[in-house]
Amino acid sequence: MTIAAVQSNPTPAILPGNGGLRGALSDLFWRRPKFLLTLMLAPPLLWLGIVYIGSLFALLAQSFFSIDEFSGLINREFTLKTYGDLFQAANLDIILRTVTMAALVTLASAIIAFPIAYYAARYARGRWKALFYLGVMLPLWSSYLVKIYAWKLILAKEGILTWLLAKLNLLWLLDAWLSLPVVGGNSLSVSFTGTFIVFVYVWLPFMILPVQAALERVPGNLVEASSDLGASPGQTFRNVLFPLALPGIVAGSIFTFSLTLGDYIIPQIIGTSRLFIGQAVYSQQGTAGNIPLAAAFTVVPIVIMGFYLWGAKRMGAFDAL
Amino acid sequence: MRSDRGQRAPLGLKIAAACGLLFLHLPILLIFVYAFTTEEKSFVWPPPGLTTQWFAVTWNRPDVWDALSLSVRVAAISTAIALVLGTLCAAAVSQTRFFGREAISLLVILPIALPGIITGIALRSAFSLADIPFSFWTIVLGHATFCVVVVYNNAVARFRRTSGSMIEASMDLGADGFQTFRHVVLPNIATALLAGGMLAFALSFDEVIVTTFTAGQQQTVPIWMLEELIRPRQRPVTNVVAMVVVLVTLLPILFAYYLTRDGDQIAGSGK
Repeated sequence: MTIAAVQSNPTPAILPGNGGLRGALSDLFWRRPKFLLTLMLAPPLLWLGIVYIGSLFALLAQSFFSIDEFSGLINREFTLKTYGDLFQAANLDIILRTVTMAALVTLASAIIAFPIAYYAARYARGRWKALFYLGVMLPLWSSYLVKIYAWKLILAKEGILTWLLAKLNLLWLLDAWLSLPVVGGNSLSVSFTGTFIVFVYVWLPFMILPVQAALERVPGNLVEASSDLGASPGQTFRNVLFPLALPGIVAGSIFTFSLTLGDYIIPQIIGTSRLFIGQAVYSQQGTAGNIPLAAAFTVVPIVIMGFYLWGAKRMGAFDAL
Repeated sequence: MRSDRGQRAPLGLKIAAACGLLFLHLPILLIFVYAFTTEEKSFVWPPPGLTTQWFAVTWNRPDVWDALSLSVRVAAISTAIALVLGTLCAAAVSQTRFFGREAISLLVILPIALPGIITGIALRSAFSLADIPFSFWTIVLGHATFCVVVVYNNAVARFRRTSGSMIEASMDLGADGFQTFRHVVLPNIATALLAGGMLAFALSFDEVIVTTFTAGQQQTVPIWMLEELIRPRQRPVTNVVAMVVVLVTLLPILFAYYLTRDGDQIAGSGK
């Protein structure tokens, strides 16, 4: 019916204008595409510009304020004192811990993601392909808190993992691991190992999808050509597959890295009492009421991600998104 | 035609891929078992017994219903805003070339590329500087901001596949800009928009990090769950809510997948 409406118009070579406001507007848009472009861009840019960038600047501005240590009131005068506080040993520890965790999580996600992405991109066909895709999409989109909750069930001392290891007579292994200094703890759900596992689990799909997208674009005969020319599977991986998948891995790492940097819920629910950047921000702005220091803390991930995105863009990672 | 069609995957790759997928899915399946457990105090495995009584208990909890209603309303309105803003942005970026085009796609991605806590605390400090009290709309403001990118990504991908010559043809045949939009552009991008909307809805429904900063005392479903995780009151109720949340988010995702899969085949014919 919609096409019929268009077709029923008379068909001289030059049509009369439609007239009215609507016709005038339509003509205006056609004659001045820039005007239409401005009109289309204005609402999203105003929203993101005012709400988002505006808020970011409000945050940045607060990081140059300071807190009066006696009254707890915020002193709205420009100072770099808060940034000085940021570089205390305890805070540097938090930053270092978070960045290390983010790097490890990114590395582990890339290693686990690659076989899934490669299989899905190169071997899965038809129904299997759809199944693989959904197999990644569903965990990606299922509730973040439910996933964390599931791991709390798994890692609890009385939970399924301990039960499984007991059945396999491997409890000694778990105990040995938990007695290690940094990664261990009373049980997995209050150790860095637990935090690490949950981070990897929750962000893994963010890594698989871009890697798969990058691998889809690698023609299968490139791999064959490589082995025809005498490369071993390992050499083919190192010299052909990996470089071609790298933009995808970098694109995925933007997510795994950035999400780990800013998360404060996972280490709070599954982890030790030692803080991550996100938790520090949260406690500074909440219980401590030190908004300037919280703001200064958030500048750290912004700066790290700024460099990261800049580097990623140079590697062509955005085309793989 | 393609030489790699009949190839078999190496066994090691198959096992690694299968283990990876199991790692992704088993924890979620576990939630379904725990929703039926009779154990109230601990997370003991295997469950000592199975019961459905916790579904009735959950059904009669007004706090669960309140949280659910707030979440659905926030998600619906945020999705609507994101649909308009994301489509406009995608249309502008994909149909024309102009100075600063790259910067705009970066600006759209930024709210999810930066850690959620930054978006959250930035919004909160902006609210406090501007003396805006927490309300339904402060939650929506935050959610719509990061939902735009989901709609934008879907719409941009579809616009890329829709050839511009169709729009020109429509104009040549005498349709004005609005008719072209209504009869040519919209049918082409409709499924992508619907899929983007579904995903935006799921994203908003599940969001917790930004919401903790913009909600004040209000409780959405994720905030309710977070409270239960930190200070458990009745663990079996949490189990049931967790299972329901998994099911509720599952449906829009499956539907969005179904839509884009079909849509892409149609759009692919224009290649």
